[in-house]
Amino acid sequence: MKRIIEKVIESLLTISGATTGIVILLIVVFLFREGVGFFSHSDIESGYVLCVNGKNPVDRLTPEQIKRIFDYEIDNWSLAGGNDEAIEPFRMNDLSDYYSDEELGENYEFVPEKLGEIIGGTPGIIAFIPEQYVPGKSEEVKVLSGNKLKPADFFGGENWMPTATPAPQFGLLPLLTGTLWVGLCAILIALPLGLGVAIYLGELANEKIRNLLKPTIELLAGIPSVVYGFFGLVVLVPFIQKAFNLPVGETAFAGSLVLAIMALPTIITVAEDAIRNTPQTMREASLGLGANHWQTIYRVVIPYSISGISAAVVLGIGRAIGETMAVLMVTGNAAVIPRSLFEPVRTIPATIAAELGEAPHGGAHYSALFVLGCILFLITVIISISAELISKKQHQAQ
Amino acid sequence: MLETKNIDFYYGSFHALKNIAMKIEDHTVTAFIGPSGCGKSTFLRLFNRMNDLIPSMRLTGECLIDGEDIYHKSVDVAKLRKRVGMVFQKPNPFPKTIFENVAYGLRVDGVNDGRFIARRVEESLQSAALWEEVKDKLKKSAFELSGGQQQRLCIARALAIAPSIILMDEPASALDPISTSKIEDLIHILKKDYTIVIVTHNMQQAARVSDKTGFFMLGELIEYDDTKKIFMNPEKEETQNYITGRFG
Ligand SMILES: Nc1ncnc2c1ncn2[C@@H]1O[C@H](COP(=O)(O)OP(=O)(O)OP(=O)(O)O)[C@@H](O)[C@H]1O
Ligand SMILES: [Mg+2]
Repeated sequence: MKRIIEKVIESLLTISGATTGIVILLIVVFLFREGVGFFSHSDIESGYVLCVNGKNPVDRLTPEQIKRIFDYEIDNWSLAGGNDEAIEPFRMNDLSDYYSDEELGENYEFVPEKLGEIIGGTPGIIAFIPEQYVPGKSEEVKVLSGNKLKPADFFGGENWMPTATPAPQFGLLPLLTGTLWVGLCAILIALPLGLGVAIYLGELANEKIRNLLKPTIELLAGIPSVVYGFFGLVVLVPFIQKAFNLPVGETAFAGSLVLAIMALPTIITVAEDAIRNTPQTMREASLGLGANHWQTIYRVVIPYSISGISAAVVLGIGRAIGETMAVLMVTGNAAVIPRSLFEPVRTIPATIAAELGEAPHGGAHYSALFVLGCILFLITVIISISAELISKKQHQAQ
Repeated sequence: MLETKNIDFYYGSFHALKNIAMKIEDHTVTAFIGPSGCGKSTFLRLFNRMNDLIPSMRLTGECLIDGEDIYHKSVDVAKLRKRVGMVFQKPNPFPKTIFENVAYGLRVDGVNDGRFIARRVEESLQSAALWEEVKDKLKKSAFELSGGQQQRLCIARALAIAPSIILMDEPASALDPISTSKIEDLIHILKKDYTIVIVTHNMQQAARVSDKTGFFMLGELIEYDDTKKIFMNPEKEETQNYITGRFG
């Protein structure tokens, strides 16, 4: 009987372990499958095409070039690999400048024909038009073939404007640098503070203070991030704006501060546990050899608890990098590559949270957000692995 | 010379040592024996002020080393502990290399001379009869040694700071018989240069290694005399009973 129960429990444990593993695997597979689809989307808004004059030698344009042409930043074809010829961007609503509604027909049935005339008659034109109005095949009109989105444009792109027309910009750099920037600064603030408090609690504080502080700090870890976001928005943001005399207080620095505050309880609790777990005999051995308290802390206690401390660091960074809500609220959400701490930035998680709801399902924007998810996932994996390696190295050296 | 006068020691309200007076001569081995919980470790740890770590402790009486009261306000505890080394019951090497374990006391003392440290490490390991076994793996983690080797490493570590007194709290209780006899041989050799105080539950060991033996019970020092006398012809009945029961 007892045997059977043991067997049942054993298989239940095995099953639950396997299920967890499979679920995690499925999530990862799902994330990456949705993400990979991104690179099979066209770089021009779907349902539309770009047409140029038939004599124009240009066959291809990058998303970046298209954007700058329609922003009037590139105004001559020679800058895009063509002849010396002024560029004339054309959108559908420009049509009314050329023809009256009657000329276009009741059901716009003459639109393709008229478009053909315009494109054929304007050497420098580039027209952004819906697929169904593309003029019939002729010498005068050339349809620019849309490219697939290229990884190089994604990973090296400096603009994130997923809803721009005619060519949405999916440049990872501003988001990636924003994320790393905010996360890095947060950890630079939180780590020394957190370790300091952990050492104070574990080694210096007397029992009374510890019994008061530890549960309070543990409580802080459970506060929802929106609350931290509110605190940041109401207290930190105006403070930063005043203190540094900035046009806006919603900056990378505000994000880093809020994240640091949020990561602190985790770092403190985990690191303090590791420090407390150092056997008393270790401390006695060190003190017994004439070391003072501080020497004992940094020569014995910290090396002994290094793997716990690096776990604290990983959890802290993990929280900082992945945190969404609070950062969304205080960083100003400008998807530009940050040049200083005191500019608005936007992080990857904040982008996903803010945009997933409005991105049309299955479109390029939608898949792009999944690629962002994959990148976030990879960042955390890299951090965990490197922390693992560091603590292993430490142990070998010891 | 170690000397205590009217020592009373309390853990909070618990009276752990009662009015203990004892004199220990230089270059002798003194063994403390007695039933578990009778206060041997507590007494031993008075001499390097290890009990200071316990917040609730209270001490009255005098504890002198070479005539100097080591509990006087002016005493630097770290300096005292450099004179009074300690070896613990369970081997407790640091999470460092073998070399760094032995060099630890010198390093925290601010010694920077690498050649001096290397020489001292070698001497200490030789004195602890460990050199031959570890000389090719000084850069390896101390955790890779066997329990007996780790304990001799801890002895080497204590020797490296050149103390005059070594306290050993059941140094062989976690070891196999061969490692134990190695440690006992070592104590014989070290006796020439050090004053050794050892706590042990092993009567044969006390009889083999010590010159003098103190028998403790319930926080009192029942009898303290030459080891031969204690084991052959003790004054007190409690001592007799304990020893015969133990040799049983
Ligand atoms: N930190 C402490 N706080 C309170 N009481 C303690 C503490 N350490 C020891 N004691 C008590 O003091 C008494 C003496 O302890 P001690 O460790 O000196 O005994 P011992 O003779 O070394 O025993 P053993 O042979 O088991 O090591 C015991 O009754 C023990 O319960
Ligand atoms: Mg003891």
